[in-house]
Amino acid sequence: MAEKENNEELLNLFNLLTRFQEIELEDVEMEIGDFELWLQSRSVAHTALSKTVRATPSLRRKPTNILQADFMPPVEQYPGKVVEVTLGATKGEGGTRGKSITIGGEEAPAFYLFETPPPHPPVISLDVFDTKIPLAKPVKMHFADVMEDPVAWAKLAVDKYGADMITLHLISIDPLVKDTSPTEAAKTVENVLQAIDVPIVIGGCGDPKKDLEVFEKVAEVGAGERFLLSSVTQDMDLERACAVAKKYGHAVLSFTPMDLNQARQLNRQLYDFLPKTQIIMDTTTAALGYGLDYAFTIMERARLAALMGDPELQHPMSSGTTNAWAAREAWKKMDPEWGPREFRGPIWETVTALTLLLAGVDLFMMMHPAAVKTLKDTIQRLTVGQPVSPKNIADWVAAKI
Amino acid sequence: MVGTGAKKTNIREISPIDVYMLLPKTNCKECGEENCMAFATKLVNRELRLQSCPPLLKKENKKVYGQLWEMLKPPIKEVTIGAKDHSIKVGGKYVLYRHEFAYTNPTAIAIDVTDEMPEEEVLARIKRTEQFSYEYIGMTLKLNMIAIRSTSGDPYKFKSAVKKVAEHTRLPLILCSFDSKVLEAGLMVVQNAKPLIYAATKENWKDMAELALMYQCPLAVFAPNDVKLLRSLSKTLTEYGVNDLVLDPGTLPGEGIRDMINNFTMIRRAATKKGDELLGFPLIGTPVTAWLENAEAPKEVAEWNEAYLAAILIDRYADILILHSTEGWVLLPNVVLRQNIYTDPRKPVAVEPGLRILGTPNEKSPVMFTTNFALTYYTVASDIESAGVDSYLLVVDSEGIAVDCAVAGRKLTADKVAEAIRDDKMEEKVKHRKLIIPGKAARLSGEIEEASGWNVMVGPRDSSDIPKYLKEKWSQAD
Repeated sequence: MAEKENNEELLNLFNLLTRFQEIELEDVEMEIGDFELWLQSRSVAHTALSKTVRATPSLRRKPTNILQADFMPPVEQYPGKVVEVTLGATKGEGGTRGKSITIGGEEAPAFYLFETPPPHPPVISLDVFDTKIPLAKPVKMHFADVMEDPVAWAKLAVDKYGADMITLHLISIDPLVKDTSPTEAAKTVENVLQAIDVPIVIGGCGDPKKDLEVFEKVAEVGAGERFLLSSVTQDMDLERACAVAKKYGHAVLSFTPMDLNQARQLNRQLYDFLPKTQIIMDTTTAALGYGLDYAFTIMERARLAALMGDPELQHPMSSGTTNAWAAREAWKKMDPEWGPREFRGPIWETVTALTLLLAGVDLFMMMHPAAVKTLKDTIQRLTVGQPVSPKNIADWVAAKI
Repeated sequence: MVGTGAKKTNIREISPIDVYMLLPKTNCKECGEENCMAFATKLVNRELRLQSCPPLLKKENKKVYGQLWEMLKPPIKEVTIGAKDHSIKVGGKYVLYRHEFAYTNPTAIAIDVTDEMPEEEVLARIKRTEQFSYEYIGMTLKLNMIAIRSTSGDPYKFKSAVKKVAEHTRLPLILCSFDSKVLEAGLMVVQNAKPLIYAATKENWKDMAELALMYQCPLAVFAPNDVKLLRSLSKTLTEYGVNDLVLDPGTLPGEGIRDMINNFTMIRRAATKKGDELLGFPLIGTPVTAWLENAEAPKEVAEWNEAYLAAILIDRYADILILHSTEGWVLLPNVVLRQNIYTDPRKPVAVEPGLRILGTPNEKSPVMFTTNFALTYYTVASDIESAGVDSYLLVVDSEGIAVDCAVAGRKLTADKVAEAIRDDKMEEKVKHRKLIIPGKAARLSGEIEEASGWNVMVGPRDSSDIPKYLKEKWSQAD
């Protein structure tokens, strides 16, 4: 064998990271006061920076002391704002979830924390499949026991792996797979609803006709739960799809293939039937090495356009980050030089996720527990973290590693 | 108004006309272009440099050359590290976002060694750095530099370490110590190699500035989590006469990620959008600091943290990175990410048209085609390989456009497909006459059958369904 089967435990990244990397932050809401200083300095920022001129050293005497320079965060003003979308509903709100989750509402580019920090942290939804599917080995090792039981799978995702939400992929409804009936699919949804109390994304199979039939049934049994129906596409009967979301109080995921104009167009069509606060958009995620540059730039452009006032792109963004596993570098056995796929796979998903986090994604649909943990930790550090002292790294040069 | 060297920080505001007005307008063609206007257009697109215009280099044009240089220079200074034939350029960025233009000079990745490492380890790390290579869409992804850290604080040890490294590699170097005496000991043995000096701090800046001037080396400035100090040091050092700076606002692992991202982002925004020249220098990140956290954890944890810290910094504007881990799974995602982020978004990425042999196909194997858009091609090829079916894949020239757009835009036509079948002599290679076409090219079925005389089988719309399709349809067709 090209790749030695190392000790299972050492390859279980999730356990390693959990044991040695506890986050010690409390799960507190962000205090506006933390950012007061930044906000106050806004008005003077422009003038302070525009007067800088590079020195002409030859004419001057060498300085003997540090010449003090000012620094004002380079803030800009944005006329636009991303709408807020709430997923999941508690008893008081007409559903049965433990809590609802709101995403969106950004008034500045992703994690330009010196401007306006995001009002809501991005969230992670773990994939759950309604039937056994072939999974990459590094993923399978974490879900082996639940692969044929979506209820147990969903519980594992929430209880052990800390999913904020779950995405229930009803892939068995595909006429080319099992052609499960809408009634049967709705039954699975009901069972999962009872087993966990986080908000749920309902994933279809990609067949626009069958998905719609199933959405209609599922939306009804989950009336008031504020699902995210994933997804509505240009080849779907949009009026019917939106009617379902509207009648039973769900949100829809507007999905387009990496093209801002198509994204605008689909959103515009949806506005005829649904309020903006029920629409999240997905402009397609490609894996690291397989078009991540396109995915990243489309999302970054979409978010910047939204902030600059483009009303058709002012939606929270969702990413099918699991697509990272389409990269062969993530799942294949390779020459030992490239390390075990148990590490290569999750870092591939992590890097894909972090890159899109920095483009402005609000909702990540993910797979590997270690990638989920790292993204979750990073989001927490970015949204509730306190300024740190650089003391630990001040003498990194001399560190004996 | 142009002509006065008026500063324009945004590259998109400069038009070829602005540049043309200042050119000699001789239309001499010495630059290789048809006329001065064509040259101006290429200058604005950064496809040619000012030096390509011989008349501009004449003494009487010195002033106007200066004006053009000022107009066209990037807001992030381009800094060269290393001696002539083995140097690397860092920085030189024109924009904050890659879609505004394109990023220049991909993040240089350095691997560290120390002056206390056993010699075999140092040599092994140099060898690994030099030999690291990964083939990716027709390119070879590589590592770029060696960083030598003084952990001993002893000038003699550092000197001998630098000497040893310089004897074994021509890669550009970064010499790291906050003690100017130690650093100078190292510099003395690589006088002409023009390494990056790391780093000037608020304590040692004057001595480091003297070294940078004496040895004519670029100088890094380290002011962890203090952008105001970084800016002050930049001001002081440029006044001092050191022109090539590299800025380090600190790579803060763990809880520091928040401040780290904030600092890198503020600095790059200030330089590109607000014209802040004191911050208009390349940025250096040191994900190696991930190893300082949590010393009792297994090394895999530090490697994991270092890997994703590096990725964040590639996304958020770092021009140089110093890494400690040489593990393939740590480095691979980062060199691929760097390639992705630094691809020119203005140009579709294309591969050579022609026949690709996947596995060991025979006369009964399936024949498929796709376009020469690199992303499409590599995805399709990977999907076919994952099916484990030996196949022929014809790459048809669609001018680097994806299937659906190429069909709509008539860049992919039945005639081109028939031509590919003929040119690659498919009728000699297989006995059957069945061509599997992309689902998104379905509407060309009839025309392709007519033009080629082959039977068309419409394949899936997404190449990820090829394995399933081959399993179901090809065995039946066979």
